[in-house]
Amino acid sequence: MSGLPILSLMLAIPAIAAIACLFVEAKPARMIALGATLVDFALGIMLWANFDIGGAQWQFTERADLFGRFQWALGVDGVAMMLIVLSTFLMPLCILASWESIKQRVGLYMAMFLVMEVIMIGVFAAQDLLLFYIFFEGVLIPMYLIIGIWGGQNRIYAAFKFFLYTLLGSVLMLVAMIAMIREAGTTEIPVLLNYNFPPEMQTWLWLAFFASMAVKMPMWPVHTWLPDAHVQAPTAGSMILAGVLLKMGSYGFLRFMMPMFPDASAQFMWLVFALSMVAVVYTSLVALVQSDMKKLIAYSSVAHMAIVTAGLYAFNQQGIEGALIIMLSHGVVSAALFFCVGVIYDRLHTREISRYGGLAVNMPAYALFFMLFTMASIGLPGTSGFVGEFLSLAGIYEASSWAAFVCTTGIILGAAYMLYLYRRVVFGELTKDDVKAMPDLNPREWAIFVPLAAVALWMGVYPESFLAPMRGDVTTVVARLAPAKPAGDAHVTAGKPKAAAPAHGDAKGEAHHAGGVQ
Amino acid sequence: MTADLALVWPELILTIGGLITLMLGAFAGDRQVGLYQLAALLTLAAAAVAVAALFGTEASVFSGTLAVDGFGGFAKLLIYAASFVCIAIAPRYFGEAMRAEYSALIVFAALGMGIMASSRDLMTLYVGLELNSLASYVLASFMRNDDRSSEAGLKYFVLGALASGILLFGISLLYGFSGTTDFAGVATAMAGGVNIGLLFGIVFVVAGLAFKISAVPFHMWTPDVYEGAPTPVTTFFASAPKVAAMTLLTRVLIDAMGPAGPALAAWQQIIIFLSLASIILGAVGAIGQKNIKRLLAYSSINNVGFMLIGLAAGTQQGVEAVLTYLLVYVVTTIGAFLFVMQLRDADGRMVESIPAYAGLSKRQPGLAAAMAVFLFSLAAIPPLFGFWPKYLVFEAAVNAGLVPLAVAGVVVSVIGAFYYIAIIKTMYFDEEPETVIRNGGSRVEGAVIGVSALWLSVIGYLFIPMLAAAAASAASVLF
Repeated sequence: MSGLPILSLMLAIPAIAAIACLFVEAKPARMIALGATLVDFALGIMLWANFDIGGAQWQFTERADLFGRFQWALGVDGVAMMLIVLSTFLMPLCILASWESIKQRVGLYMAMFLVMEVIMIGVFAAQDLLLFYIFFEGVLIPMYLIIGIWGGQNRIYAAFKFFLYTLLGSVLMLVAMIAMIREAGTTEIPVLLNYNFPPEMQTWLWLAFFASMAVKMPMWPVHTWLPDAHVQAPTAGSMILAGVLLKMGSYGFLRFMMPMFPDASAQFMWLVFALSMVAVVYTSLVALVQSDMKKLIAYSSVAHMAIVTAGLYAFNQQGIEGALIIMLSHGVVSAALFFCVGVIYDRLHTREISRYGGLAVNMPAYALFFMLFTMASIGLPGTSGFVGEFLSLAGIYEASSWAAFVCTTGIILGAAYMLYLYRRVVFGELTKDDVKAMPDLNPREWAIFVPLAAVALWMGVYPESFLAPMRGDVTTVVARLAPAKPAGDAHVTAGKPKAAAPAHGDAKGEAHHAGGVQ
Repeated sequence: MTADLALVWPELILTIGGLITLMLGAFAGDRQVGLYQLAALLTLAAAAVAVAALFGTEASVFSGTLAVDGFGGFAKLLIYAASFVCIAIAPRYFGEAMRAEYSALIVFAALGMGIMASSRDLMTLYVGLELNSLASYVLASFMRNDDRSSEAGLKYFVLGALASGILLFGISLLYGFSGTTDFAGVATAMAGGVNIGLLFGIVFVVAGLAFKISAVPFHMWTPDVYEGAPTPVTTFFASAPKVAAMTLLTRVLIDAMGPAGPALAAWQQIIIFLSLASIILGAVGAIGQKNIKRLLAYSSINNVGFMLIGLAAGTQQGVEAVLTYLLVYVVTTIGAFLFVMQLRDADGRMVESIPAYAGLSKRQPGLAAAMAVFLFSLAAIPPLFGFWPKYLVFEAAVNAGLVPLAVAGVVVSVIGAFYYIAIIKTMYFDEEPETVIRNGGSRVEGAVIGVSALWLSVIGYLFIPMLAAAAASAASVLF
């Protein structure tokens, strides 16, 4: 909490580095990009370390009246801070992931990634509605170029679809924002969070925001841009798309739609649950029959994000905390899985599952990491996926036992498609000659896998480190939603604990402390 | 009378300067490009200084037919600046064909536009408009030996004359039913109720002016004239006259018909129709275009539609939004047309076909990046500055209760985004073709492109307080 404008600094460093990258050759561009993202990561860690848990809701706030009508206002709460840390953590890994596979127009590529980092941090740190919108929409430009220039065969179709789909969602939100600013007379997010919009207005505002966030998330049935974008984007593009950009949608749910329009949120709970339930089952089944690895993981992302939306709309502490942990966990794990695909794609230049098989024999280290992330994606206890899914499903159960029932099938189906993928790629006979010739991980790939694996395990074993900064914010949102909250069908009642239950200080005990209080 | 003359310095300077330029051309010969160009540029600069010196003065001169105020001043500065650039870029384009008339005609057109922007009487309105139009007809066919250019001039003239006729008919109706040509007098008559005659007057006047801003359904001439006219002239048509006609329309609607009262309901629905029709047709019509100048013509139709959203609000906020929009639009348009002028094929001919831009970002990274900025800005994708004026017009519309109009506008803007990003796709994603395109631009042009691209990137946001203050003081004159 020193006077250092740490958030502005985190935005300025990649911005300056991006400009520098445009004017240099490939090699220095890579170094500049890596250096800048690492510095930003260090600043991100500093942010996390200096975050005062239980302190003010908004920390590291900065404000400058630069734009007249709206402000350069930055600040983070626990949720935004964790998402910023996630972004800065993934960025250097993305740069490393494209170290060798990107050979053309490296300067522009690195510049686009650095711009993306600026925008991601900006989205999570913005405390002004218009500033948020500018960052939120701005992400279209670098992602459009990344998919279109360095993408696969059908990259142009995918780039257009991504751009127009997400733009169409967002513009409706812009009109809603104008109406909100007019009604509340301010663009400051902390003020708007506590402003009570008239209930009938909330309905319209909620729908407009929903159009934008649902596309960004993406929710069924507006998810169709995602498989195309993922399949065509370069590896690092997919990593950042799945890792962070999808979280912008769920962040929008938590930051705007739930606390700003609590009545409308309660009114549309059924819609969110229904869409999430369909998404979990439908996209899992679709994932099961994919022959393209990236497409499979893309569909699994849609299924995981559906559990996030359902968890958020459970309107209780566990549901929202679980959703947040899934967001972070999915950010790490799906990025890692896309990198798993990238590693073998770099060697064989195909994403066809049937072209591989038996990799466990000649790439044991790779098989190990792939196994870990597969398990984390399924939600095996001890990995990050378990914590998030357990918590959010427990929360969903309180709100609607049917939704919980259907969403839980997603875990089973998730195990099915992920294990099936793993079996076909890694196990089996090593028969194909070109696959036999594939070398195991090189040091650069180790350097990417190790941090990802460490975080996935850390989050699975001791999630309290990640939950602690966010708990206060979740409590605030739950309190804000409480008056509008519909009664759940589970009728959870408090248990009758034996006298003086042993105080267990382990992480999950902490995380569940609100369980059964209803 | 003499006192009035002291308040119209900008117009006097332009008149005299234009005549001097013409004389220089006649006596020094057409070869002295630098000489008469300099005269024209100095004239425009001096007129701009005179406008700036008159800021803060609010007066009505020549028996109330011409206004000297901040609103006109804002428009005039923009018009003179755009004309200045259009003269400066011309010689290299025309080469041997450059003649003194070009500079003189632009100066006279600027004079006409200045009168349009400050007219307070239906007669001065018409005189200013015709002065500008006559100069424009000649400019469109400036390349006498070029079929396309002659065709453009003829087409512009015929349709322009028709529009002038419609406008005059409307003016005569307004005069007949209100008994005066003075804006304030017409407004007084309107306040007492809009009868059928006045209503027809409004419709015809707006239709005549809609031709000048090329709003749908009076836009047909735009793609052909933009394509056929020499590129510097097209740059001119797309920038300065748009400002003049839009400010004129604003003044007529707000001053002569009133921002409130019975007339508002009458003209508001016309403007809403024009605006939606322009946005939709401008967006859809551009999709199939292969020629960049035609495409930019549709883009200008589309942009005019967005400006009309602000005007439809009929509030001071709406007018401020229109003025801001005009400024940003002029910068973007000039930048985009300058980009078009940079590219030449091996024989030195202009490259106007969009597919020929394939792979441009590899050969001309700076130029392609600047064009990408212009296009994303026209598509109003933040963080580029083109987002801001669009936000302002939507805000004005929502605040005036026109939410469905704003929603329709934003949804159609997505269609518009499609063709802008399609050009970026050609420049950035497509493979290089066989044909070689080289950069045939001068350093000055490069600098103008660079500065406008920089301003339209995030830097523009820092100017919002300044722009807002200028637009507010200009718009407050009308309310």
